[in-house]
Amino acid sequence: MLTEHEQHEIRAQMALYEQPAAVVPEALKLVQARRGWVADEDVRDVAAFLGVSTAEVESIATFYSLIYRRPVGRHVILLCDSVSCWIMGFRDLRAHLTARLGIGMGETTPDGRYTLFPAVCLGACELAPAMLVDGILHGNLTPERIDEILAGYE
Amino acid sequence: MTDRPLTALIKPERAPLSLAEYEHAGGYAGLRRALTLTPAEVTTEVTKSTLRGRGGAGFPTGNKWSLVPAVDGRKYVVVNADEMEPGTMKDRLLLEGNPHQTVEGAIITAYAVGAQTAYIFLRWGYQLAEARVAQAIADAYAAGYLGERILGTDFSLQLYLHMSAGRYMCGEETALLNALEGKRANPRSKPPFPPVSGLFGRPTIVNNAETVSNVPHILRNGWEWFTKLSSGADGGTKLFGASGRVRTPGVWERPMGTPLREIFADCAGGMAPGYAFRALLPGGASTGFLTEDAFDTPLDFTSVEKAGSRLGTGTMIVLDDKTCPVGMQYSLQRFFARESCGWCTPCREGLPWVARTLEALEAGDGEARDLDVLDAHVHGLAMGNTFCALAPGAMAPLESALKLFRADFERHISEKRCPWT
Amino acid sequence: MATIYIDNEPYTVEPNGRNLLEVCLSLGLDLPYFCWHPALKSVGACRQCAVILFRDENDTRGRLTMACMTAARDGMRLSLTDPRAVAFRASIIEWLMVNHPHDCPVCDEGGECHLQDMTVMTGHVRRDYRFDKRTHRNQNLGPLVNHEMNRCIACYRCVRYYRDYAGGRDLQALGWHDHVYFGRMEDGTLESPFSGNLVEVCPTGVFTDKTLGRHYTRKWDLQTAPSLCVHCGVGCNTMPGERYGLLRRVQNRFHHEINGYFLCDRGRYGYEFVNDAARPRVAADPDTVRGWLSEGRVAGAGSPRASLEANAALRALVGAENFYAGVAPAEHALVALMRALLEVHPTPPPSLREVEEADAVLLLGEDPTHTTPRLALALRQAALRPPMAAAGATLKIPPFDDAALREAVQDATAPFFIATPQATALDGVAMQALRLAPDDVARLGYAIAAGEGEIAAALRNAQRPLVVAGFGSGSPAVAQAAAAAARALGARLCFTLPACNSLGLALFDAPGVADMPRDVKTLILLETDLFRLLPDAEARLRKVKHVVVLDCLATPTVAAAHAVLPTATFAEADGTLVNYEGRAQRHFRVFPATGDVREAWQWLDALRGVTRTFDEVTAALAALPAFAGVEGAAPRAEFRLLGQPVPRQPHRTSGRTAVTANVDVHEPTTPPDPDSPLAFSMEGYQGHPPAPLTPRFWAPGWNSQQALNKFQQEVGGPLVGRPTGVHLLPVNTGAVPAGTPPPPFQPRADAVLFLPAHHIFGSEPLSARAPGIAALTPAPALAVGAALYARLGGGPVEVRVGDAVLTLPLREDPALPVGTAVLPVGLCAEALPAWGTLTGGPRDA
Ligand SMILES: Cc1cc2nc3c(=O)[nH]c(=O)nc-3n(C[C@H](O)[C@H](O)[C@H](O)COP(=O)(O)O)c2cc1C
Ligand code: SF4
Ligand code: FES
Repeated sequence: MLTEHEQHEIRAQMALYEQPAAVVPEALKLVQARRGWVADEDVRDVAAFLGVSTAEVESIATFYSLIYRRPVGRHVILLCDSVSCWIMGFRDLRAHLTARLGIGMGETTPDGRYTLFPAVCLGACELAPAMLVDGILHGNLTPERIDEILAGYE
Repeated sequence: MTDRPLTALIKPERAPLSLAEYEHAGGYAGLRRALTLTPAEVTTEVTKSTLRGRGGAGFPTGNKWSLVPAVDGRKYVVVNADEMEPGTMKDRLLLEGNPHQTVEGAIITAYAVGAQTAYIFLRWGYQLAEARVAQAIADAYAAGYLGERILGTDFSLQLYLHMSAGRYMCGEETALLNALEGKRANPRSKPPFPPVSGLFGRPTIVNNAETVSNVPHILRNGWEWFTKLSSGADGGTKLFGASGRVRTPGVWERPMGTPLREIFADCAGGMAPGYAFRALLPGGASTGFLTEDAFDTPLDFTSVEKAGSRLGTGTMIVLDDKTCPVGMQYSLQRFFARESCGWCTPCREGLPWVARTLEALEAGDGEARDLDVLDAHVHGLAMGNTFCALAPGAMAPLESALKLFRADFERHISEKRCPWT
Repeated sequence: MATIYIDNEPYTVEPNGRNLLEVCLSLGLDLPYFCWHPALKSVGACRQCAVILFRDENDTRGRLTMACMTAARDGMRLSLTDPRAVAFRASIIEWLMVNHPHDCPVCDEGGECHLQDMTVMTGHVRRDYRFDKRTHRNQNLGPLVNHEMNRCIACYRCVRYYRDYAGGRDLQALGWHDHVYFGRMEDGTLESPFSGNLVEVCPTGVFTDKTLGRHYTRKWDLQTAPSLCVHCGVGCNTMPGERYGLLRRVQNRFHHEINGYFLCDRGRYGYEFVNDAARPRVAADPDTVRGWLSEGRVAGAGSPRASLEANAALRALVGAENFYAGVAPAEHALVALMRALLEVHPTPPPSLREVEEADAVLLLGEDPTHTTPRLALALRQAALRPPMAAAGATLKIPPFDDAALREAVQDATAPFFIATPQATALDGVAMQALRLAPDDVARLGYAIAAGEGEIAAALRNAQRPLVVAGFGSGSPAVAQAAAAAARALGARLCFTLPACNSLGLALFDAPGVADMPRDVKTLILLETDLFRLLPDAEARLRKVKHVVVLDCLATPTVAAAHAVLPTATFAEADGTLVNYEGRAQRHFRVFPATGDVREAWQWLDALRGVTRTFDEVTAALAALPAFAGVEGAAPRAEFRLLGQPVPRQPHRTSGRTAVTANVDVHEPTTPPDPDSPLAFSMEGYQGHPPAPLTPRFWAPGWNSQQALNKFQQEVGGPLVGRPTGVHLLPVNTGAVPAGTPPPPFQPRADAVLFLPAHHIFGSEPLSARAPGIAALTPAPALAVGAALYARLGGGPVEVRVGDAVLTLPLREDPALPVGTAVLPVGLCAEALPAWGTLTGGPRDA
């Protein structure tokens, strides 16, 4: 079931587009906010609410990179692996992060704290290498900087 | 009047100007003047200014606007702030630094083409820009620059901020329209072009955020002023940038046609200590390499093309001597392979093949025929062979790398390892 | 007319808004393609159809262009053979092969695979790809369609057909880049009743026929014949395939004016009743029956699911005055009325092609998805096309640019109006869908006839308006009203008909079986299940001394018979059927019947003591005025091409195989066929026979169904040669039957009006016995409106209608008009609509 608030937000978004079905990605982002990812039941709820088929919603949910269809940890780390960050030392940072967290790319730590994803260019190339943690940009990374940053997360 | 109109009001270390401060600095004067002109006159002004699109392709902006049929009906303007081209971070600067400038530009654009609704399509992950643009839009509504009967005229406009759900393809203008419609961001066939049939099948103008941000200044100061900002055929300034092992990576506004050397040496400070220059991609990941002998090239659309590459987004990516060019290609091509929308065959199947081949080369698992495979893809994914420009864009750095760094590629194969590791 | 230069050869073509791919294929030139489909048009995704296009005669370089996305224009110059285009087309195949498993030997598509054909056509033979392939998990898509995603080449045809063309919403493109996946959100039966077409639309082995898979046979081992679908009144053309006496599958047989490229799932998958183990197979002694006949007082009932010839043979046996139509009384009257209305209408009933081309539609009382499904698919196109055409004209988008046209349309709809008691699958594409009781539907029809209201105005503005009604409503008033509206608006009139030969049987003008005297001594029932038709069937049968039943189904009537003569199904019989347009078409035996089973007309002739060929039966039939010209439906048996018959089996250059070698190493002699120009053999004329005799689409280099291109006058156009079928129904003759609007529907306090509900799966008796169809047949339930549903507490309820008493679960249909309920047909022999009562739940209703 979508919460009152989610329904309200989705309805508000619907007003912004000529066709209500345009809000499918937006609705998915909204329900994702609840638990960090989109479960099958969320897809069904969104589909029912918008009067479209579950497959239509799934088609969108599986296309866009920011919709997670699998569980993620409490904090999502997006480590940029695109060209500027690559040049500036992406591989060392990856090695550091995977060793420190004990997980591979795309995996979640056993304590459910972090999920680590490679990410495409974050538009922060002058600050390369860079990563996003829960949407917050961190640039000019070094292994030490990463340790400092991660120390702030529960 | 400043010669750096786009960034004059941007102070990186502080929050952007408030609406009042922006107005005080001359903000929304461009809009006020535009509203005294007819929409056609505004378009003419922009056409005469020789403003060309800053999204990468350099299409003359005024010409694009004049393709919108001059009939009544629903029309749209979309500001393309998707900015997902690797090595590109220029629109972020504008949107974080002075969002009102882009908002004002969007309003004038909408007025010129007769749109009632406009969207700013902002890439995911630009959290700061999102908050600041949203605030600017809210302020503009409150001040009567948006909404019904703007500044007492008959012109009304709704402007919404749309956050992308994430895909490089969303930057391609027709895929962007599909994304805005809540569909998969596959590109559309052209013709019909968006100015004729775009968002929801209506006439639509898609312009890059930087393009749009120039518009208020053109309207405020006149097209002649704009053309004089640069010495070349393309008017105005351009945001240039540099990343990689340069001394001071960053983004700078300079006249269109500023020589490459000036950006590289003066703005970026040359190579960082301990690194030597090998080559650079002048405008994002979809452009071909230039070497030192191209340092005198004026950075405008035509000159860079003459030098064998493209101006692209104007933000250069510098390759140094301590970075493996094959590894760099791998990073680039894996990006493109991953971001292919999966619509057309050559891109969907060809790019992953290229990426895996480069991965194998880097891992010391290269074979002699791998270079034939890469060469074949450079030809096979040429412009026109694929449905949109993503894959041809991907081939630009690869094609030039295969020429410039052939020996490096061959060493990977003969030594069965990456010589840089 | 335009001149187009292809590799410097001038060709005269009619551009007609067509693209270069269509032009090349129509000229007989081989140009490979995947994403383009003649009915789905172009999207330019696969990039396989690349050619080099030159600006003018001075342009020597040209540029690579997708033929399917380029409109043909006078003076154009292109090259198919330019080495750059040839190399690029080969590289497309190489790319497609990067992830294709290359599992042809175990793939059901192998041997008739468009991907194989195109691979050979481009000359690509060697792959350089040396890494792992991606793999997918397959889904269980239900009993009809198999899913094997690893074979996918991502041409997007499946979703374009399923979603854009057929309106299905549960199959979508999922994922992105080279992980695109075509499937449902989760396992489960495909919801669209047109899902089977995926099997033919998919150019490789992703979607294959699951029923074929259970008794798999390669295309080259199948014996096929031109045939007809026998599962509703539309008359789609089919191509059933047999091996070892088992019917293996049904494929679409293109008919330009009827089914085009697509069938419905009832039509494609209903065939398995032919293989039903419960079919009657043991014959009574014909001499005994002959003895009974000599006792006198004989009557016979013909059947709307038997051919004209079988009915005619029965009529000849029992005498015209003792020949009755084996149809329930209400249906008999309704079909007779619809026939009469069609005959007085100024224009003939529209073909499905004309239905698709209608620019305004009024659908009264009928849900064609469940009565005549292929018509519903055609109507969907009628709803989608006008806005696409309008957008195309304004924005100058060529007619083949499918994605751009659909994008430009947005929410514009055609003037398409529906008035039915229950929701229909077409409501979503309609401008307006009204929920009305049948009498009010009829009143609306009359009001439109009188020119009242917006609907009338919209239809009047149309160039090609169409009115559709039919047997599904069970309401003569609706049929009358539809005819009145069509006449007033100058619209085409289309009536749905229940059985494959309903109209054919009606043309005999025989009284209905209910009017048969009760004192007959011997009753011959031809493919007639009396229990389905008459509430008092049992009492009647008890009175008859000798009940002789000829049938291919194990019906209750067969069980009650004194003598059973097992008849051949459509696949084992020749016959002529008359569809809803009045078009008589011929189907041919796919394989000879074995054992005691004989074609019905042969049994009946044998009882009469005569021996005739099929053509003689047809010729006798043609002597009746209503059937004049019927022999024209197909060539006569002695028709030969270069002195040879048309082989039902494909030619195998590798030589003969003794297919029954486990029984006898000698090649069995081929059974003779005195009744048609076809042979049960692979020997005979190897060229293209005339359309009515085409047993399969197969051409050198074109092993898939898409070989059809080679059989058409132009791609998408009619088959080469004379068209199939002859029209028997006269038009614009006779006096218009009088009809007046019924009084408005009044709900009653003491009763409920039970309306008939048909279902694509289960309501038609033949297909209902196919396991795949049976698995999809919904459990019977009574549908009631919201108020009634609440009052009855969700059921179950007891339904009393006529003499029938039924206990049924309840289903809510909130939009149903108050005072009505919807009862699945076939549960009792009572005619619907009918008033009855409903008891159960917390309070009686
Ligand atoms: C794969 C691809 C990605 C693109 N991404 C962007 C982008 O992020 N931002 C942008 O402004 N233009 C992008 N473009 C260019 C747009 O298609 C379009 O040309 C541009 O938005 C037009 O604006 P302009 O005329 O102001 O340059 C991209 C093009 C391609 C082919
Ligand atoms: S499933 Fe078949 S039809 Fe659909 S895209 Fe894949 S290959 Fe094409
Ligand atoms: S058939 Fe032309 S691109 Fe697919």
